[in-house]
Amino acid sequence: MSRPVIHVESISKLYRLGQVSTGTIAHDLNRWWHRVRGREDPYAKIALSNDRERKAAPQSKSAYAWALNDVNFKVDQGDVLGIIGRNGAGKSTLLKILSRVTTPTSGRIRVKGRIASLLEVGTGFHQELTGRENIFLNGAILGMGRREITRKLDDIVDFSGCAAYLDTPVKRYSSGMTVRLAFAVASHLDAEILIIDEVLAVGDSEFQKKCLGKMNAVASQGRTVLFVTHNMGLISSLCRRAIVLEQGGIAADTTASEGILAYYNRDKASAYRVDFEALGRAQSGGAATILEGSIVDASGRRVPEIDMRQPFKVKMRYRLNRDMPMAPFPNFHVTDSSGNQVLVSSPVTAQCPTKAGCYEVDCHIPGNLLNNGAYFIGLALSYIDKGVHVLFYEREALCVNVIEPVEETLEQWRNGFAGIIPGAVRPRLDWSVTEIK
Amino acid sequence: MTHNAPTSAEDQDDWDLEIRAHSGWLNLHLKDLWRYRDLLRMFVWRDFVAVYKQTILGPVWFFIQPLLTTATFTIIFSGIAKLSTDGLPPLLFYLAGTTPWNYFAAAITKTSNTFVSNAGMFGKIYFPRLVTPISAVISTLIQFGIQFLLLFLLLAWYLFKGEPIRPDWLGVVLFTPVLILLLAGLGLGVGIIVSSLTTKYRDLSFLVTFGVQLAMYATPVVYPLSMVPAKYRFWLNFNPMTSIIEAFRSIYLGVGSFSWLWLGYSAVVVTAVLFFGVVIFNRVEKSFMDTV
Repeated sequence: MSRPVIHVESISKLYRLGQVSTGTIAHDLNRWWHRVRGREDPYAKIALSNDRERKAAPQSKSAYAWALNDVNFKVDQGDVLGIIGRNGAGKSTLLKILSRVTTPTSGRIRVKGRIASLLEVGTGFHQELTGRENIFLNGAILGMGRREITRKLDDIVDFSGCAAYLDTPVKRYSSGMTVRLAFAVASHLDAEILIIDEVLAVGDSEFQKKCLGKMNAVASQGRTVLFVTHNMGLISSLCRRAIVLEQGGIAADTTASEGILAYYNRDKASAYRVDFEALGRAQSGGAATILEGSIVDASGRRVPEIDMRQPFKVKMRYRLNRDMPMAPFPNFHVTDSSGNQVLVSSPVTAQCPTKAGCYEVDCHIPGNLLNNGAYFIGLALSYIDKGVHVLFYEREALCVNVIEPVEETLEQWRNGFAGIIPGAVRPRLDWSVTEIK
Repeated sequence: MTHNAPTSAEDQDDWDLEIRAHSGWLNLHLKDLWRYRDLLRMFVWRDFVAVYKQTILGPVWFFIQPLLTTATFTIIFSGIAKLSTDGLPPLLFYLAGTTPWNYFAAAITKTSNTFVSNAGMFGKIYFPRLVTPISAVISTLIQFGIQFLLLFLLLAWYLFKGEPIRPDWLGVVLFTPVLILLLAGLGLGVGIIVSSLTTKYRDLSFLVTFGVQLAMYATPVVYPLSMVPAKYRFWLNFNPMTSIIEAFRSIYLGVGSFSWLWLGYSAVVVTAVLFFGVVIFNRVEKSFMDTV
């Protein structure tokens, strides 16, 4: 099953910065003149890398930037590939090139099979036409034949849940209904390769679950999915593999979990092991210094990802630089990937040392507590003396990706439901079902 | 990394699609276009259905527009300026000129902004862009058809009244499709050339509306070619629309000059314009999103 269906070879894309004006025609003429003589594009050579936050440098004359620079990867049949990266990292440009909306400046991509891309839901919807008419129109735009749509019409209508409004013009629809209808059409495409850009961000939670279920189904049919989103929870539950784009290049091409961690690393310098001393972030001026934080699995290995059913430990090493009058207690702050505080935990004060020295603390987190997705762990040391005093607090210092092997838990724990189960935690609780006589 | 030589077995597999910076100039992608024929049909249908939704008179507007135009022409050019109409009832003469001309003009104006006005959709999804202007030209044909019906009714009325009009009925049957094809081809060709040239620099789009208007006076629409002094007539013939309009009038009303030579010339020009248009359009469609 590892037949490559997409082969991206040194794809680059050059964009012009600033506005189109009379100045550009001189560039165009110059570029044309170079091409006529068989020379290289004179502006490509001096183009800047794709860095959104760079201030326009007055000394550099370049008005061009590489949105993508020498990107190479292969996608095998049946891969569900997540593409992640910060805004402006080149994700959308890559998808646009793959969906043939624009061409690369250089390089080539070879594809096997039909590509259907969903860069936007409801492209080409006409406000004046009815829901039914728009199903046909949108389906045709997506590349479906008329007969194909007629055959699938009932399924599409069922999936959208808009049956009652089918003969009402779309302009009377709520935005959510429009999206439902549009996604319903798109999800019934038979293409071998599906490219999806952030479209699940819309619609209510019921519909989102429906979409996820559909996407899981698509993936399990051996079709290939390329998926761009900022929602790491989706990436970790849908994708097996992830590509992290950064400033137009590939920063990581790895498993979904490591990709997510790599993505967060760029933003927040957190991972499953942080050596504060080596990083030079251990401040020795205060009463206490943090030395190291790490996440280890049940067998003591440092790992980036944990099976949600398995326990793991959060470890921290710190040094008390002098004897303390009150016992400083370590505390861990767990937040989920959207920044919601999940829990704060600390040992009882009686366990905590007051004498100067180096210490290691372990916090055991049981299996079946956290939901699947990425979690951040902040490491802190504080004491109480007429109020809370914080000796150090490394916010979101560690990151752990809690994964759930859906295939294995599907029947046993999920009642056959393959979509996302919402919630910051997912402890396994005791249930009993009895018949009432 | 170099990929000049196929190295592994997988490189020799046949790939369905190759995306790269440039492809040949002369690849017209007509096969792709054929695959999307259902989309073409949907666009035509959408244009037709959507335009007159929420109007009360609906397609009746198709009648009112040409009637008012023709009436205006009749008053100004025939009534006030006293231009010759080759001895025909002015209403019929003008309608026989404006019906094909309006189609040509509408084809140009509707296709000349293809890229700019569809940028939103084109930026999100791929389909052969040529579907859009072709569908515009076809859906305009429906409007043309209704005006054509009006012309027919008027012709029937005058024939019934015993006016000395001698339509060439064989010509009508044989040449109507040819002339429509020429009109559509020229409108489409000019339109897609303009739309391709205006993605980056919009200057040309200012020219289109009044350019088309001016071109009408360089074509024997409101006057017969026979009225034009001989020294201008030769040059006027180089306008590919001249022989088309004249042929149209000559087969339907039996006046004007039907010239095989100049009609052949028009056909060559139309083919050339259309071919050049498709080539440049295909060139632009791949990367216009970056400049539009």
